[in-house]
Amino acid sequence: MNPTLARWLQAPSIILLLIWMIVPLSMTVYFSTQRYLLQKPQLSGFIGWSNYEFFYTDPRFWPAVLNTLILVGSVLAITVFLGLAIAILIDRPFPGRGIARVMLISPFFIMPTVNALLWKNMMMDPIQGLLAVVSRFFGATPIEWLADLPLFSIILIVSWQWTPFAILIFMTSLQSQDREQMEAATLDGAGFWAKFWNLTLPHLARPISIVIMIQMIFHLSVFAEILVTTSGGPGTSSTNLTFLIYQEALFGFDVGSASAGGVFAIILANIVAYFLVKAVGKNLTV
Amino acid sequence: MTDKQKEVLKNRIATTAAWVVTILFFFPIFWMFLTSFKTEGQAIAVPPLLFFDPTIENYTLINERTDYVKHAWNSVITSVGGTALAMLIAIPSAYAMAFSPGRWTKDILLWMLSTKMLPAVGVLMPIYLISQYFGLLDTRIALVIIYSLINLPIIMMILFNYFREIPKEILEASRMDGTSTMNEITQIVMPLAWGGLASTALLSIVLLWNEAFWSIALTSGDAGTLVSLVASFSSPEGLFWAKLSAVSMLACAPIMIFGWLTQKQLVQGLTFGAVK
Repeated sequence: MNPTLARWLQAPSIILLLIWMIVPLSMTVYFSTQRYLLQKPQLSGFIGWSNYEFFYTDPRFWPAVLNTLILVGSVLAITVFLGLAIAILIDRPFPGRGIARVMLISPFFIMPTVNALLWKNMMMDPIQGLLAVVSRFFGATPIEWLADLPLFSIILIVSWQWTPFAILIFMTSLQSQDREQMEAATLDGAGFWAKFWNLTLPHLARPISIVIMIQMIFHLSVFAEILVTTSGGPGTSSTNLTFLIYQEALFGFDVGSASAGGVFAIILANIVAYFLVKAVGKNLTV
Repeated sequence: MTDKQKEVLKNRIATTAAWVVTILFFFPIFWMFLTSFKTEGQAIAVPPLLFFDPTIENYTLINERTDYVKHAWNSVITSVGGTALAMLIAIPSAYAMAFSPGRWTKDILLWMLSTKMLPAVGVLMPIYLISQYFGLLDTRIALVIIYSLINLPIIMMILFNYFREIPKEILEASRMDGTSTMNEITQIVMPLAWGGLASTALLSIVLLWNEAFWSIALTSGDAGTLVSLVASFSSPEGLFWAKLSAVSMLACAPIMIFGWLTQKQLVQGLTFGAVK
């Protein structure tokens, strides 16, 4: 293919994404230097760094950054670990494997809002929720999930939805693993762990990086789950950066400071993305 | 115990473990399904009821009080439309990048992915104002455009990986026969990567069907998807578990059944992508 044609074919996606990135981004940067309150339109004009200072000195800011990182890190660890374990568990034939597979990947198809409401009400409710009923059955005091362990509860809720995604990718990738090589290793007396470390894990390197990459993107901006369950509380204990900015924009009606927060979020996402690309990028392309 | 017996026992334990895990994972969905056929009183009964006289009252009420069909149709149009538009843009681009990679190809792809890291909330106000300016607020067109853009990076990435797996010799052979680029894409690359295309599109449709942020922020009534219908049902007191379960089932069932039915295709596609 001649290079000119190749460029023309690539142009639409690159140009569209450039516009999608640059136009709103520059507007956000512009708004962040303006006094822009939806409820007081008469107060407007350039105010320099004030919005940034306001946002940065907000006592909710650092907790939100920390919560964002804890949330992303924990969900990634849980889903990759559980996803691997379950994918290996269901890799061998067993009665009803087809049905089990369908059931296992189902949570991935559930909407985040439904997921959050389902867990909040029917699972984690301290009185009528199933988890409370089960713990009372065993004589334990039910945990007030969303009040006492808000961030952990959200991590659980998000992990429940995304572990199936990891299972699906790993399970599929395991099917392409070289069976003869595995059998040869077994004949040579390799145990489960030896085969896991030396054959299975290297085989799964790329799927693991894909799973981490895609999930990272989604969990940096977890929103619906927090909005529906804890609204960021109690206090700031389950507020992530996305939710903090949302509150600023839609409860505070302060476009200026929400935009400054948006710029912070974009910077944080880029820092994370940088390390991510360094860590897993080498497994991914070209 | 002989080795044979040990093997059998090990298999039994593994099978039991697999089923226990499966049932634990699936249980919340099953429970929501059950609750949707209970009365509100039965739904919050302690201890929870496993056996009861099922009623479809919740489902009838939801169909009377809300415009389920309209919201479902909006979900279909926006998730399928957004996916189709993104695929249309992504296929030629990913093809060019995979078969004639340049010095910058890797960087461009990683940059594309990084646009996906742009937190939606950071650009909410601009997108809202732009949509308003063009009179696109609360329209399906706005959602289709935004949905295609937010999924484009992931679609590009996955398609690129699929296309790269196609042996270059096949294309070289067809080029010797004088096939045009257009024909090369539609007659050779697309059929060869069919499983990959299908699974990419499926993943995209699932993600868009469940997309909450833009749908809630940009639609109010006309273009509202099922996500926003469910959101409008979320009473903070949680007193309406049965009706909530029914509307949730109605919102999730279509995509879940779609996912189940196309699972083979999905798995085939993903396998193709993983086999060199």
